Amino acid sequence: MNWGSPAEFFAMGGYALYVWGSFGVCAVLMILEPILVRKRQSSILRILRRERQAEILENP
Amino acid sequence: MSNRLISWFKYASPQSFYPLAGRMIPWFWALTAVFGVIGLWVSFFVAPTDFQQGEGYRIIFIHVPAAWMSMFLYVVMATWAGLGLALNTRLSGMMAQAIAPTGALMAFLSLWTGALWGKPMWGAWWVWDARLTSALILFFLYIGFIALQAAIDDARRADKAGAILALVGVVNVPIIYFSVKWWNTLHQGSTINLAKAPSMATTMLWGMLLMALAFWMYSIAVALTRVRAIILEREAHTEWVKDLNEVKA
Repeated sequence: MNWGSPAEFFAMGGYALYVWGSFGVCAVLMILEPILVRKRQSSILRILRRERQAEILENP
Repeated sequence: MSNRLISWFKYASPQSFYPLAGRMIPWFWALTAVFGVIGLWVSFFVAPTDFQQGEGYRIIFIHVPAAWMSMFLYVVMATWAGLGLALNTRLSGMMAQAIAPTGALMAFLSLWTGALWGKPMWGAWWVWDARLTSALILFFLYIGFIALQAAIDDARRADKAGAILALVGVVNVPIIYFSVKWWNTLHQGSTINLAKAPSMATTMLWGMLLMALAFWMYSIAVALTRVRAIILEREAHTEWVKDLNEVKA
């Protein structure tokens, strides 16, 4: 174990800005990307469902 | 042999790859979580403090995996693009298009974490050194590929134009890899060398490899999710898409 206390862990031996700046941005982007991709998937599915509904209404 | 060949071609069609990808995605997310949790644990709690760089060295646990993935994904993307150009298969172009944004993300992360490591260790966020410059060019190649494809309305023509760009850009990957050998760079040599024993503590090496696996599984999971969306977008007017359960629902 490297850390005596949580404060020591977050201080990262004086490198807090650099270490957490790296891991933080990495975490944010790797959470954001899957969300955006899933949005893309659900938006094309919404369009496809709407087109299907329109076709059913036109040719009952 | 003939059976394997048949199933290989079967999954080369978007129609049969779409459900297959859907079944694979949860497994790759699970692997991402497992490798990510263990990798982060090793990175922060098992790997010792570096005697030269203190705790600041821990950035390499994401910097190196991101840099590896940015190069690896580029080669995979160019391979798919090249296959599409040679065999004219529909899925290949879609795969290349699905990989590009994730590759660009990895290239960005390698530059970003590199800058945050460079400032305390070198005293500069950025230097025009061979390794850094060629990594920046890789990022621009991804952006160029995405922009070029977005600028061409016809998807198949976009695939072809993108494939040429991707294939020409492959030349940059060995340049990045060997830049630390060919030129006198500020960037340190490769962390892991197949020819000699690693020059770092075993636990540090394990942390890096586990994080690399996590990044790898993440990339596959995201690329497969994106390729499913691309398949639906491009095949929107085919019967099989209209017959999908998620469209009927």
